[in-house]
Amino acid sequence: MAKTIENYFDQMRGTRVWRSVFRGGTGSSTLRRSLAIQQNVFLHLFSTKVRRRMLSFSATWYLGTLTLGTFLILVSTGIFLMLYYHPSVPQAYADTKDLQFVVSSGLFLRNLHRWSAHAMVFLVFAHMFKVFYRGAYRPPREFNWVIGVILLLITLLLSYTGYLLPWDQLAYWAITVGSNIAKAVPVLGNNVHFLMLGGNLVNANALLRFYVLHCMILPLTAIVFIAIHFWRIRKDGGLYSHQSEPKTLAAKAVPAPAGAVAKGAQ
Amino acid sequence: MSDPKDFVAGMGSDFRKNPVRVAFVTRRTSAQVKVTDEDQVQTFPEVLFRALVAIELLTIGLVLISLAFNAPLEGLADPSHTPNPAKAPWYFLGLQEMLHYFPPVVAGVLVPTLVVIALVVIPYFNINIEAEGLFLKDRKRRLRVFYVVVGLFCLFLLYFDVYVALVPTLIVAGFMLLAAQSSPGSSSAFRSYLASKPLSYWIMTWFLFELVVLTAIGTFFRGPGWSWVLPWRS
Ligand code: HEM
Repeated sequence: MAKTIENYFDQMRGTRVWRSVFRGGTGSSTLRRSLAIQQNVFLHLFSTKVRRRMLSFSATWYLGTLTLGTFLILVSTGIFLMLYYHPSVPQAYADTKDLQFVVSSGLFLRNLHRWSAHAMVFLVFAHMFKVFYRGAYRPPREFNWVIGVILLLITLLLSYTGYLLPWDQLAYWAITVGSNIAKAVPVLGNNVHFLMLGGNLVNANALLRFYVLHCMILPLTAIVFIAIHFWRIRKDGGLYSHQSEPKTLAAKAVPAPAGAVAKGAQ
Repeated sequence: MSDPKDFVAGMGSDFRKNPVRVAFVTRRTSAQVKVTDEDQVQTFPEVLFRALVAIELLTIGLVLISLAFNAPLEGLADPSHTPNPAKAPWYFLGLQEMLHYFPPVVAGVLVPTLVVIALVVIPYFNINIEAEGLFLKDRKRRLRVFYVVVGLFCLFLLYFDVYVALVPTLIVAGFMLLAAQSSPGSSSAFRSYLASKPLSYWIMTWFLFELVVLTAIGTFFRGPGWSWVLPWRS
């Protein structure tokens, strides 16, 4: 049975239409598996091979993967929420209420979006601390750590801008408390505050600004930086594992068989 | 000429069955390929499959939570009616707790800016790369610096009545003192573990501890007028 399913799948991968879309080709040879990664614009962000040790749960706790998972859930549920939501006062609140009580599955959609948002903030912090305690920020990964810090800030901003959108008391006052902090910025405080809210108070302009940031600018920025983050993991030599680092290697290097070592010519 | 130690290459005995690509890269190029004989798996399908399973389990968990608990929705926003207390989202409650003690420029602008800068520079300090135990070298002098810095910081927190931040600081400082009295050869595994920990470890652990404590206090223990309340007595 399993054999036949596999056969069908292989047959499908051999068809002209499939091959016009996916360039990897049929078969499960090492070459084909490598091509499946290399010939795909999204997958080629990843390396074709990974050290087996780095797959164990203890190496990463899969926290980066799970952060990506929450992001994917948030994008898909967010798009559905956008179909019902108008970023205007007081329509925003009425729409949220409709989602809660009228739209079929609206309540579930909103719950999933909200709890996933909390989970993402939690996971991104957890991932950062895990990376730190593994020492995986070490060269040549310094810049990927910096990209990570940028992703942390984007995640916080995404969550913060989304918080205002239901336009209920909770949203309104949380954003008021938060945005008042901007006023304390030396010299430019009031300008920053005004720029952020499109006014001196949290009002309809602020809602529209937060909506544009939350649904357009920040998710797109996040996608770009996540792509760079993954690509850098490949370029930096895969996930950090202490034993495979240059220093450790040099310390225990044994002369390789003749012909296997070439000196890098410059 | 590059330093020949830049490269280490070898062939596994089964290289016919399991070919490895050997790449030689000079220092100036961007790729950071290092050849090792470590056991590797193909990303497609093994790694992607695992990632998929992890994300699926996460989704199942979040779906169950979403079926069981409803997202909060209060009354329509009313600018003329301020709830007491007005709380920021939970991940900012540590900051809001700080705002209770310090002026907004300090708690709202200076502290977050310093935290972000501190995070960014971590990988650019050699002391964090080599990561040697804090008190293993130059112990006397480092202990003296430790006493002065931690002492001054605790006085500062005391002066502003920030007991909620003082207690975690003292606990971490206690462990640091224990680390200073231990060595990697200590008979207790825990103490030799502490002794091997570098400065960045202590700072980050202190930061994590404060983050958790302050966020928890802001979330559960603060009521009207930011007064201290007990969550189980409402
Ligand atoms: C949207 C947020 C983020 C996503 C989706 C993400 C995703 C990932 C994934 C999937 C990995 C692979 C290994 C793992 O799971 O640990 C990874 C590695 C890494 N992440 Fe993130 N990450 C995010 C935020 C961050 C943050 C906030 C930091 C640190 C400040 C960070 C620093 C790193 C570093 C340095 C690595 C490489 C670790 C190594 O080489 O072993 N990332 N990230």
